[in-house]
Amino acid sequence: MIPLSWYLTFAAALFSIGLFGALSRRNMVAILLGVELMLNAVNVNLVAFWRYGDVAQMAGQVFAIIVFAVAAAEVAVGLALVISVYRRHNTVIAEELDLMKW
Amino acid sequence: MTTENLIWLIPLPPLISFALIVLFTNKNKALSHTVAISAAFLSWLGAMIVFVRALGVEHFGEHPFASSINWLPTGDTWLKVGVLIDPLGAAVLFFVAWTILMIFLYSVGYHNFGQPAGDHDHAGLPPHGATVHGHTVLSVEPMYSRFFAFISLFAFGMFTLVVSDSLLTLFVGWEIMGLCSYLLIGFWYAKPSARAAGIKAFMTTRIGDVFMLLGIAFLYSVTGTLSFREIFTEEILHTLASVPSGVFGLSAAGLIGLLLFIGTVGKSAQFPLHVWLPDAMEGPTPVSAMIHAATMVSAGVYAVIRMFPLLSMDEKTMTVVAFIGAFTAIFAATIAVAQNDIKRVLAYSTISQLGFMIAALGIGAYVAAAFHLITHAFFKALLFLGSGSVIHGMEHGVFHTGNHKVDPQDMFNMGGLKDKMPITFWTFLIGGFALSGFPLVTAGFWSKDEILADAWGHHHYIVFATLAIAAFFTAFYTMRQITLTFLGSPRTEEAKHAHETPWTMTTPLVVLAFFAVTYGWVGIPEHFPVLGPLVNNNWFHDFVGHTLEHVPEAPEFSWIPLLTSLVVALGGLGLGWFVYKDVKSVEQDKFQISFLKNKYYFDELYEVVFINPAYWVAENVIYKFMDQGVIDGVLHIFGPVTDKIGSAIRNYFDVPVVNQFIGDGSAEVAWWFGKNLRPIQTGRIQQYFILSLVVIFVVGGLLYYILTLA
Amino acid sequence: MTTEQIIFLIVAGATLASGLLVVTSRNLIHAALWLVATLFGVAIVYTLLNAGFMAVVQVVVYIGAIAILFIFAVMLTRKDMRDSGAQLNSNWWAGALMAVLTFGGLFAMLRTWGGMSKTAAEIPAGFDQIAELGAQLTSPEAYVLPFEVASVLLLAAMVGAVYLAFNKK
Repeated sequence: MIPLSWYLTFAAALFSIGLFGALSRRNMVAILLGVELMLNAVNVNLVAFWRYGDVAQMAGQVFAIIVFAVAAAEVAVGLALVISVYRRHNTVIAEELDLMKW
Repeated sequence: MTTENLIWLIPLPPLISFALIVLFTNKNKALSHTVAISAAFLSWLGAMIVFVRALGVEHFGEHPFASSINWLPTGDTWLKVGVLIDPLGAAVLFFVAWTILMIFLYSVGYHNFGQPAGDHDHAGLPPHGATVHGHTVLSVEPMYSRFFAFISLFAFGMFTLVVSDSLLTLFVGWEIMGLCSYLLIGFWYAKPSARAAGIKAFMTTRIGDVFMLLGIAFLYSVTGTLSFREIFTEEILHTLASVPSGVFGLSAAGLIGLLLFIGTVGKSAQFPLHVWLPDAMEGPTPVSAMIHAATMVSAGVYAVIRMFPLLSMDEKTMTVVAFIGAFTAIFAATIAVAQNDIKRVLAYSTISQLGFMIAALGIGAYVAAAFHLITHAFFKALLFLGSGSVIHGMEHGVFHTGNHKVDPQDMFNMGGLKDKMPITFWTFLIGGFALSGFPLVTAGFWSKDEILADAWGHHHYIVFATLAIAAFFTAFYTMRQITLTFLGSPRTEEAKHAHETPWTMTTPLVVLAFFAVTYGWVGIPEHFPVLGPLVNNNWFHDFVGHTLEHVPEAPEFSWIPLLTSLVVALGGLGLGWFVYKDVKSVEQDKFQISFLKNKYYFDELYEVVFINPAYWVAENVIYKFMDQGVIDGVLHIFGPVTDKIGSAIRNYFDVPVVNQFIGDGSAEVAWWFGKNLRPIQTGRIQQYFILSLVVIFVVGGLLYYILTLA
Repeated sequence: MTTEQIIFLIVAGATLASGLLVVTSRNLIHAALWLVATLFGVAIVYTLLNAGFMAVVQVVVYIGAIAILFIFAVMLTRKDMRDSGAQLNSNWWAGALMAVLTFGGLFAMLRTWGGMSKTAAEIPAGFDQIAELGAQLTSPEAYVLPFEVASVLLLAAMVGAVYLAFNKK
């Protein structure tokens, strides 16, 4: 039997990797990839807590499904933004977009 | 409605009328006079109901209509405002309501309502006439509505004064009338003489008012109340009479009485503050009637009659009052003899007659004073309105001939008007005879006779003699006036074309003439030969006398005063007719004595004694010394000193501390932070992300440290 | 160590490795493909957790839709891929520090939590978790409101995405 801590540690590691991607990649699409990893890590947590808690309570799975929906929405809007920015400024490098600078 | 509530409402309609006319109906002349006359009528109606109810009360003197409410809190006590109608109040209310209503009605005609607007009239000047089909006719007063607003306010002041139950509200009404007299005497404000007269009236009466206010304040400080019913109790009166005032050896009662009396001297134009009243003729004639008969001067006499219980506490005050009254009576009567302006004769006559009342009061003839006040109000209102009617008729003549140099008020330009203006003539004759004291039929005879009888009966022979001579002059100048104005033949072309005035003017004359005759019959002495037993009861004496706690005794009947008044009245009238029946021009008048004509040079005397010194003081002491020398000098010291202090504060506090340290300092700190924090605003989303995570770690670490380890 | 544990360790290791490749590979197409691998690994983890339905959804929605969407986006911005230049920004060391700190913080917290070593109960026989999930998602007593809100969110995202990506020329 696998202890809960294994799953949680795995999820924490996956989340940290995603965080690194979101913080450090230059390409905006790659940043979104990192965000996807973080969302997956959260989902792993939710399902693990369902499995190790009261199985009859489906809350974990329900929230995981809602996170799927949120992830889909985020990707759709995020990629649309990337494409829109790409059209206007001809770049997908996050560092080059500093219009909000002082 | 209870009578008390009704009394509260009596002064109200004219006030509402004033507000309505000023605020809303100013543009509409017909609406304005409708509002004003309706208001006067409502007040009249209320006054009549109150009067009739008062007649129905047994022992009305002990049970007057009174009600009061708390007004201003003064620490633990209240200044109260209230109404009081006792027999004196009811009698005064009666004549005030009648005369005011009549004057309101008369004003409609006097100001030429219904006539076209003048060709060259403008506000502030009397109407100059309008041209219709080539004829010049009278034109309507440009400030018609304004006039009705002012006399409404005037009426409000008078009604307030009459119904008030304390000196405080009486004084309020008193001052309102002071203001209105100023406004109305100066009604034709574009005339410099009218302006000056308005100011003169206001300033002169103000001198009296200041003393009166002092008296009121003194009275309040001694007794703690201003209500008549509370002051006129045995206890308080005796306290007042026994407390010395420290001035001239008078008691408190005496000094207060004297101060209040000075108020009356100003208001009722007694010597030496009489100078304003003849000048007040500058106002429109209804105003003259209002001031001289119905309201203002009557108010002055009413106030002293009201305060009689207080005045009578001190012999010295009474002597002063009697002296002033008697002196004024004869003094003004002699001046009237030499006046040529029809209204000025009446003005001096008013001063003289008021002197009769004051003198009567001074010798303790309380009822006689009140009686003469009322009869005088009726016949003097009648005479003024009559004179206004004459002037109006003359103006008609002036417009007819087109000779505007002719003064329509000069009696030597008149003559023979009795055929042209019959109603005016007969009513004027009745008024004049009442003024002269024509025996038996006129009201003036009975009231004047009562004063003389009182003076004789109470052994005031000097006063008696003075008043008798004054009465002779009165009859003489009255007959002179009637003869010059109405009798004989017209002396000018204008007088030939004089015309009777419209019904709005003649109706009041007839009504007032009725009272000028009949009102005397309510005061026929009981012991008068033949007539006394016939009426059997001196109603007026009985009614008004009960206002006082100790009803004054009617004097014993004596033939001497009666014969005296008969002789002076008939003698004066006869002599007046005899002297003036053939006078054709002013040169033939033997009484054009410059000393009398110039009113004993009192205006000139005041000019030299008071006005010029006042100007001199104002110019040299106040302006040159006080203002330019002292005040400007002080200011010139203050200027540099405050400048120095200001510079010091600026240089050593404001600039370094406020501006540089606090002001610039805070800005610099903010600027420094801004400059140094600016680089973190990179506009790069990932750097923001990192920064927020740093903050989360720091805060989270701290929380963790505090919650678990500490 | 049970077979199950061994399988988990292998899967977890492979998933984390491909996750690292997602955030580090130069070529974005490669990164997107490594994302597919990672998502597949997560799907296996779901299976290990007896959540078969979630595993299927993971494959269908994530791999079938989202990952493909990424690949499309990558290809649409192909011109600016810059495979040659640095794929990490100048602050990458700070990002790495944050990631390490996050993992360290989470790991430290997990170690102090008492419920870490609890084991899973057996799923009762005859418990149909898919039917139960469906019932709870549509039951007014349970999660119908979040479910509907999520659908509204999707609709809004769709409208927004269309608007943003619409070529106004």
